[in-house]
Amino acid sequence: MKRIYLDYAATTPTHPGVIVAMLPYFGDAFGNPSSIHSFGQEAKGAIEEARGKVAALVGARSDEIVFTSGGTEADNFAIKGVAYANEHRGNHIITSSVEHHAVIEPLKFLERRGFEVTYLLVDEHGSVDPQDVRKAITDKTILVSVMYANNEVGTIEPIAEIGEIARERGICFHTDAVQTVGHIPLNVNELGVDLLSMSAHKLYGPKGVGALYVRKGTKLVSLMQGGEQERRRRASTENVPAIVGFGKAVEIVQGGMREEAERVALLRDRLIEGLLERIDRIRLNGHPTKRLPNNVNVSIEFVEGESMLLNLDLEGIAASTGSACSSSSLEPSHVLLALGLSHEQAHGSLRFSLGRETTEGEIARVLEVLPRIVAKLRSMSPLLKSRA
Amino acid sequence: MATNIWALYSEKVMEHFRNPRNVGEMESPDGIGYVGNAVCGDIMELYIRVEDGVITDAKFKTFGCGAAIATSSMVTEMVKGKTVDEASEISNRAVAEALDGLPPIKMHCSVLAEEALKSAIDDYLNNSKRGAPGNE
Repeated sequence: MKRIYLDYAATTPTHPGVIVAMLPYFGDAFGNPSSIHSFGQEAKGAIEEARGKVAALVGARSDEIVFTSGGTEADNFAIKGVAYANEHRGNHIITSSVEHHAVIEPLKFLERRGFEVTYLLVDEHGSVDPQDVRKAITDKTILVSVMYANNEVGTIEPIAEIGEIARERGICFHTDAVQTVGHIPLNVNELGVDLLSMSAHKLYGPKGVGALYVRKGTKLVSLMQGGEQERRRRASTENVPAIVGFGKAVEIVQGGMREEAERVALLRDRLIEGLLERIDRIRLNGHPTKRLPNNVNVSIEFVEGESMLLNLDLEGIAASTGSACSSSSLEPSHVLLALGLSHEQAHGSLRFSLGRETTEGEIARVLEVLPRIVAKLRSMSPLLKSRA
Repeated sequence: MATNIWALYSEKVMEHFRNPRNVGEMESPDGIGYVGNAVCGDIMELYIRVEDGVITDAKFKTFGCGAAIATSSMVTEMVKGKTVDEASEISNRAVAEALDGLPPIKMHCSVLAEEALKSAIDDYLNNSKRGAPGNE
């Protein structure tokens, strides 16, 4: 059975070209970029070349890119870094209620240490209202952090509008763009962001590497001390092969990004329409139009997400769910609850995230298989008595 | 190969998940158990038929994860042919063991299965108490 991978938002397959580009840096080109001999300088050159590519992808300057161990570290660095660099000025931070845990948890950490955080509510599509950001600002506000696109429901937030407000008030603005970078074209200057998080493995690069864009002049306390790397912003010998792979992945996705986004959006819409047509008591989660080109998130009534995932997996289809049953915390997705879904609807959610290898045939297969799975599970659901 | 992808669950859990036994509602059962809630994400409904103090049939309907479905299926298998007294001794551990174990975070599903059974037995005992005079 040929397996169908529709969980690109979790991670993407490393592009074969990326692997080829990385290999020399596990071998002959093993030098430490901090060394002044030719071994070191070779590695240093490779890192700087990758930095240039990543910078170009988001419209930044090379010296504004700090490589990290991934998106989570980039988020932690942005949030704690700004908070501790500005604690003499204020202790208030504004964010949304649908952020990734990599943003929420550092904020909770700061709250336990005396910072105050406002979690803005979102509408039923998961959108933040920029005017809510304006209203939440106080003279103690030192940071606004709102994600570019939601990892669960795909909603794209009005980042440029929020950026304008933050700039007007002279407040530092961070966006977690882990799901967006490499998928839709973006520019840090047009968005008005000061900090932007990204991750390589979401764009066909290797795991264990990401980057934080830091606008020149942004005050940031570093989380890692012990070396001069990354302009003293992040001590630690650079993960050279991974950084090189990141650069190569950026080069690959940058060519034809718009076309690929259009192609995938067509498949996304076909999947959404097909599911809504073939399954009753189903709803689309997230914004109907302002959404990532590769994200489909639905809630299917009377059935639970993990049991749908297991059945899909038995058919060779990989997807994801916001059901509590699939998480170790046994809490349903905070994002779906923030959109106003009931616990039952959150438990019955499924996310399909598409990618470069997704084909029409694969979408057709999901549309053929899922209604059958839903019917089977509904036949054993106690929530569906009168209809049995 | 598909069955081994879920390192989370034993083959027995997956077998009961794929082919659950005793699914469905029962017409005029002697006891109905209903446990769980939408907040935690698992809801089980369990029906038993009792003749001369022996559980002769059991059925279930479950909204929940793979473990919830498998434990429901297993507990309905385990009670059949047991006396009501014997059945009320079935523990969640016994259900989990019969499935070759559950991951720690899924043990609550076996608790739910035990509670559904206890609730069905309680319902049966209440019904028979209430129905005893006159019906005998």
